[in-house]
Amino acid sequence: MTEAPVIEIEDLWFSRNGEVILEGINLRVLPGDVFAILGPNGGGKTTLLKVILGLISPDRGTVRILGGLPRERRHLIGYVPQLHTFDFHYPISVREMVLSGLLGRKTGMIKTFSTADTVLADKALATLGIAHLADRAIRDLSGGEQQRAVIARALVGDPKVLLLDEPTVFVDTPTETQFYDILGNLARTMTIVMVTHDIGVIISHVTKVACLNRRLFTHDSRELTEDMIQGAYKCPVDIIAHGHPHRVLRPHPSEE
Amino acid sequence: MLSLLGYEFFRNALLAGVLASVACGIIGTFVVIRRMVAISGGISHAAFGGIGLGYYLGIEPLLGALGFTVGAALTMGELEQRAEQNMDTLIGAVWATGMALGILFIYVTPGFAPDLFGYLFGNILLVPQGDLVLMLVLVVIIVITVSILFNDLVAVTFDQEYATVTNLPAERLLLVLLVLIALTVVMLIQVVGIILVIALLTLPAAISRECTARVKTMMIFAVLLGCAFTTAGIFLSAFLNIPSGATIILVSAAAYGGVLVKKRLARRYLNPVATGPDRQ
Repeated sequence: MTEAPVIEIEDLWFSRNGEVILEGINLRVLPGDVFAILGPNGGGKTTLLKVILGLISPDRGTVRILGGLPRERRHLIGYVPQLHTFDFHYPISVREMVLSGLLGRKTGMIKTFSTADTVLADKALATLGIAHLADRAIRDLSGGEQQRAVIARALVGDPKVLLLDEPTVFVDTPTETQFYDILGNLARTMTIVMVTHDIGVIISHVTKVACLNRRLFTHDSRELTEDMIQGAYKCPVDIIAHGHPHRVLRPHPSEE
Repeated sequence: MLSLLGYEFFRNALLAGVLASVACGIIGTFVVIRRMVAISGGISHAAFGGIGLGYYLGIEPLLGALGFTVGAALTMGELEQRAEQNMDTLIGAVWATGMALGILFIYVTPGFAPDLFGYLFGNILLVPQGDLVLMLVLVVIIVITVSILFNDLVAVTFDQEYATVTNLPAERLLLVLLVLIALTVVMLIQVVGIILVIALLTLPAAISRECTARVKTMMIFAVLLGCAFTTAGIFLSAFLNIPSGATIILVSAAAYGGVLVKKRLARRYLNPVATGPDRQ
């Protein structure tokens, strides 16, 4: 493909308090990719996301989002933070929360939401099948419904790429199954990047996989090879794609 | 009892109570939902340094307090963002430093500081006309700023990181909110005093939160509750001849306790579905 990358990272280094967190990261996410970045906790996944979102600056290297700097282009990313970082007791309705995803593009001193904005918000909620919950308070939603609402907020601004941080952490199994269905639907029309320590996330929708543990191991394919896992996890890992059995390891020659 | 309304000082006290309630209903709502109670405590105690400075320089102590609260708010906000310090630690430092400066200034000021007790514990029955004007100006500033920035402030208090990613000036908005807290604190000093400020800032909003799941409704309820508490407290204190600031706080705390008990009982004895928008 000759299309320009949605996210392009070149030779990215980041260290904190003298400790190298990210070492020589290279990553190209192309339009239509469903890219899963796996890695153990403390492997630099959150840091990588923050660099992509322009929340922290790298020591060295460049990050481009659709050809521009993160701070200029990050509003084109539909960001879905980890669910447990939310204060779901905040007094806000589902629709208001989704609308807040449109606030950054408003200009002028007083930012109000128009009828057109409300239509967009309700459309995003309908995409995720929770249009009927629009007027409910977020604290009255179930975990799965809350996750859908957070994704709806990311979708409302019509982003070019969806960026998900640990989408299956702290959700129960039925919610996780729901999430895979949502992801499958979105993957048909969107570029998706997700970061997770849950190897089970490697499901049939994913088109590319990388492993991150300070360094990024990838073959630009959906194949998760043993050397990638060895590199990231420093030990052999049993790969069990629970819920969605899908083989990601090449059949080992000796197995046959 | 209503004959008290014939006195100008009493009408002034009621008016001061209403003005303070408007400010603390609006700003207290943000303080409660964004969990900024401790930082508000730090800001209010820093005010004591300004009151001491006011005495020392011979200017209006509340103006000194205004300078110190705004300064403390901006210092804590900036240091948290730039110096990557724990807010908890910063609050402790600013809280005690403000009080220490106040004590020093008052010590080096010749003579006696007559209204010191009033600034610490409030004396709404002695609000001078000039302070009412200052309170009115501050309320107008607070109401206008929050009206203009309402959606931005909700977004940034709900999810600061996401607000930043959507390119809202999240850090600046939080500094604005801290300054608004500082202005509110100055208004409340007159009513309940530095030490009791955080109670009046948080209790009406905390009760209101139990009744609604919308920020705007929460603000309106909190303003009305604040008016009820201050008015009841002022009448009670005049009637029983007890300190007004403490009475207002005790009335508020009793109401909050009542709401919590009622919530508990409702959960225990009623069908959980019938208890409505309670937390799950």
